[in-house]
Amino acid sequence: MTQAVKPRDNRAWYLVAPVMVSIVFTAVIPLMMVINYSVQDIFGQSRLFVGADWFNKTLEDPAFRGSFLRNLAFSIQVLIIQIPLGIVLGLGLPKKGWRSSMALVLMAMPLLIPFNVVGTIWLVFARGDIGLGGYFLNNIVGLDINYAQDSFDAWTTVLVMDTWHWTPLVALLVYAGLRAIPDAYYQAATIDGASKFAIFRYVQLPRLRGVLTIAVLLRFMDSFMIFTEPFVLTGGGPGDTTNFLSISLAQLAQAFNLGPAAAYSLVYFFFIQLSCFIFFTILKRF
Amino acid sequence: MAEIRLVDLNHQYDVGGAYALKDVNLTWDDGGAYALLGPSGCGKTTMLNIISGLVRPSEGAVMFNDVDVARTSTADRDIAQVFQFPVIYESMTVRENLEFPLRNRGISKRDASARAVEIAELLQIDHMMKRRAQQLTADAKQLVSLARALVRREVSAILFDEPLTVIDPQKKWELRQALKRVHAELNHTLVYVTHDQTEALTFADEVVVMNAGGVMQKGTPVDLFEQPANTFVGNFIGSPGMNFFSAKVENGVASLAGTKLLEVPSGTQANGDPSDVIGVRPEFVRWHSTPADQRVPVTVTKLNDVGTAVMATFTVDGATGMARLPISDRPETGPGWVSFSRLQLFRNGDSLDNCKPIGLAEGASRA
Ligand SMILES: Nc1ncnc2c1ncn2[C@@H]1O[C@H](COP(=O)(O)OP(=O)(O)OP(=O)(O)O)[C@@H](O)[C@H]1O
Ligand SMILES: [Mg+2]
Repeated sequence: MTQAVKPRDNRAWYLVAPVMVSIVFTAVIPLMMVINYSVQDIFGQSRLFVGADWFNKTLEDPAFRGSFLRNLAFSIQVLIIQIPLGIVLGLGLPKKGWRSSMALVLMAMPLLIPFNVVGTIWLVFARGDIGLGGYFLNNIVGLDINYAQDSFDAWTTVLVMDTWHWTPLVALLVYAGLRAIPDAYYQAATIDGASKFAIFRYVQLPRLRGVLTIAVLLRFMDSFMIFTEPFVLTGGGPGDTTNFLSISLAQLAQAFNLGPAAAYSLVYFFFIQLSCFIFFTILKRF
Repeated sequence: MAEIRLVDLNHQYDVGGAYALKDVNLTWDDGGAYALLGPSGCGKTTMLNIISGLVRPSEGAVMFNDVDVARTSTADRDIAQVFQFPVIYESMTVRENLEFPLRNRGISKRDASARAVEIAELLQIDHMMKRRAQQLTADAKQLVSLARALVRREVSAILFDEPLTVIDPQKKWELRQALKRVHAELNHTLVYVTHDQTEALTFADEVVVMNAGGVMQKGTPVDLFEQPANTFVGNFIGSPGMNFFSAKVENGVASLAGTKLLEVPSGTQANGDPSDVIGVRPEFVRWHSTPADQRVPVTVTKLNDVGTAVMATFTVDGATGMARLPISDRPETGPGWVSFSRLQLFRNGDSLDNCKPIGLAEGASRA
C-alpha cells in the first residue's frame, strides 16, 4: 500500500490575509509607534533618544501612582458589587414567556446607551437641584449630595453610575449560563433533596464558572479603562478624586507630551494584560 | 417501601397538545423488579417523572400505599431516580457526590460516609472516591449517578431511566447483577426503563410494554413472549417479532391458506372481521417436507444461518413469514409445509383469548 499523498494547498491563507492586514494597521503599527515614542524626547522636529527615562519618570510620578491606586480601588469595588449583584439579578430573571423577553429588554437597555450619554444622563440625574435622583436624596431622604464638590459623593456617584450601566452585562451573562444548564441537573438535585442554597452552590455556581470568568475579566478591564462617563460627569474632580488613569493619560497626550504619554500608555497596557492573565489563570483553576 | 398505583393517568405537556400518557392504569407491587419497555417517545420518562413528582400529571392519581401523592412534592415522596444522561455534581468528589443525598436528609457525616463506601464497593467505583467527579469518563459518571440513587436505604422506589446506555456490554451485565444484589438486599420497588429487550427480560420479574402513551401489556417475560396481548407486543418483543398472516374466519373456524387452524370461542363474531390476523412466533414454526392435516403450504424463499439455528423466510398466500428452525431440521428452498406449535388470533390488534388450536401438529415441541 502506498501512502496516500495529502494534497497540499496553501490558498486558504488568502482568506486570512485581510484580517492580518487589518491587524497590522490597527494594532501592530500603532503599538510600534507608541513604543517608538516612549523611548524618545520629541520636541517639534527634534528627537532625542532617552532610553527608559520616561518609564522611570512615569513610575515615580505621584500623580500616576495616585491615579493607578484610585483605578485599582475602583475596579475592586466594581467587582465586589457588580458580580454578586449580577448573579442575583440573573437568578431572578423570569425563565420563559413574554415576561422573560420583557425583562431581558429592560435589563439590556443601559448597555445600549452610548457612554457619553450615560455620563450626561447621570450628570443631570444626580444633581441636587434639578436631577430626579439628587433631588430625591437631598430633599426627601434628607441627605446632602453634591458630586461636584464633595469627593465622597463624586466617587459614589461614579460607582453607582457604573453599576447601573454595567451590572446588566453580568446579569445577562449569568442568565445565559443558567439557561445552558440541562433540566436533568435540577431534577437530580430535587430527587437528592437539595435545598435552594445547595442547588445554587453545587449545581448552578459550578456551571456558571465559564461565564463568570468572562464577566470578571470584562468588568475588570472595562472599569480599569473607564474614561468617558466620569470625564463627562466630574471631569476627574473634585480635585483629583475621580481622576482615573485614562483621564490623566488623555490630559498628557492632549498636551503633546508624546514621550511620557507613550510610556504611560505602555505601563497601563502592560498592567491590564498582566492582571487579565492572572485573573484568567486563577479563575481557570476552580 | 410502597405499592405504587397509577389510576386513570393522563398527561399533556402543553394544554391542548398531544397526550404523552393516555388512560394509564398500572400497579407496581411493593418490592417488585420491573422493566419498562417501549419505543422512543412513548412516554416512559414521563411516567417515571410523574411517579417521582418531577412532573405533575394533568389528570389522574398516583397512589403510594393508597394515599394520592399526585400533587405532593418530590421531597415528600422519597423516590430515588437515575436519569437517562449522567448527572453528577462536578465540583464535588465522587465521595461527596454519594454522600450528598444522605447529608441533605440530615444523616451524620459518619453514617453517610460508611454507606457511600458500601455502595461504591458494590458498583466497583471505590477506587475513585477521592477524584473530582468532573474528571471522570462518561461511563464512570453514570456509575456515580447510579450509586447516588442507591445510597438511600429508605426509599419507596428506585426509578432507572436507561441507566446503562453509555456503558459497554460486559460491564452492563456486571452492573445488572449488582443492581439485582441491591434489590435482594433492600427489597425496594425497582422500575427499570430500557430500549433493550434482553436487558428488560433478564433484569425484571415483570415487564411493562408501552406504546404511544399507553400501557400495552404487563406480564412476565414468558407471558410477553408466549401470550402477547396485542399485535404491538407480538411484534415489539422477540427478534424477529411475531409473524402475522391475515386469517379467514368462517363458522367459528379461522384458517390460513385453506388450512383450518383455530376454533374461535362461541359468543364472538363467528364470521370474522377484515382485521383478523393469525400471529405465530418464528420460534413456534415447524417445517415439513410432506403435507398433512393442519400443515400450511408455503414456499421457502431464503435461508440464513444464525449460529445454532436457521432462519427461513417463507411466503404463504402472498404474505411473508419467518421461521427459526433447528439446524437438524434444515429445510429446502421451494415448496413445503409448516405447522405451528403455538398460535393466536388477533382481532383489531388485540388478542382474542380462548381460541382453541385445532389438532395441534403432533410431534411439535416448543422451541
Ligand atoms: N418537557 C416536555 N415538553 C413537551 N413535550 C415533552 C416533554 N418531554 C417529553 N415530551 C413529549 O412527550 C412524549 C413522551 O416523551 P418521553 O420523554 O416520556 O418518552 P420516552 O419514552 O422517555 O422516550 P425516549 O425513549 O426517547 O427517552 C414525546 O412525544 C415527547 O416529545
Ligand atoms: Mg426517556
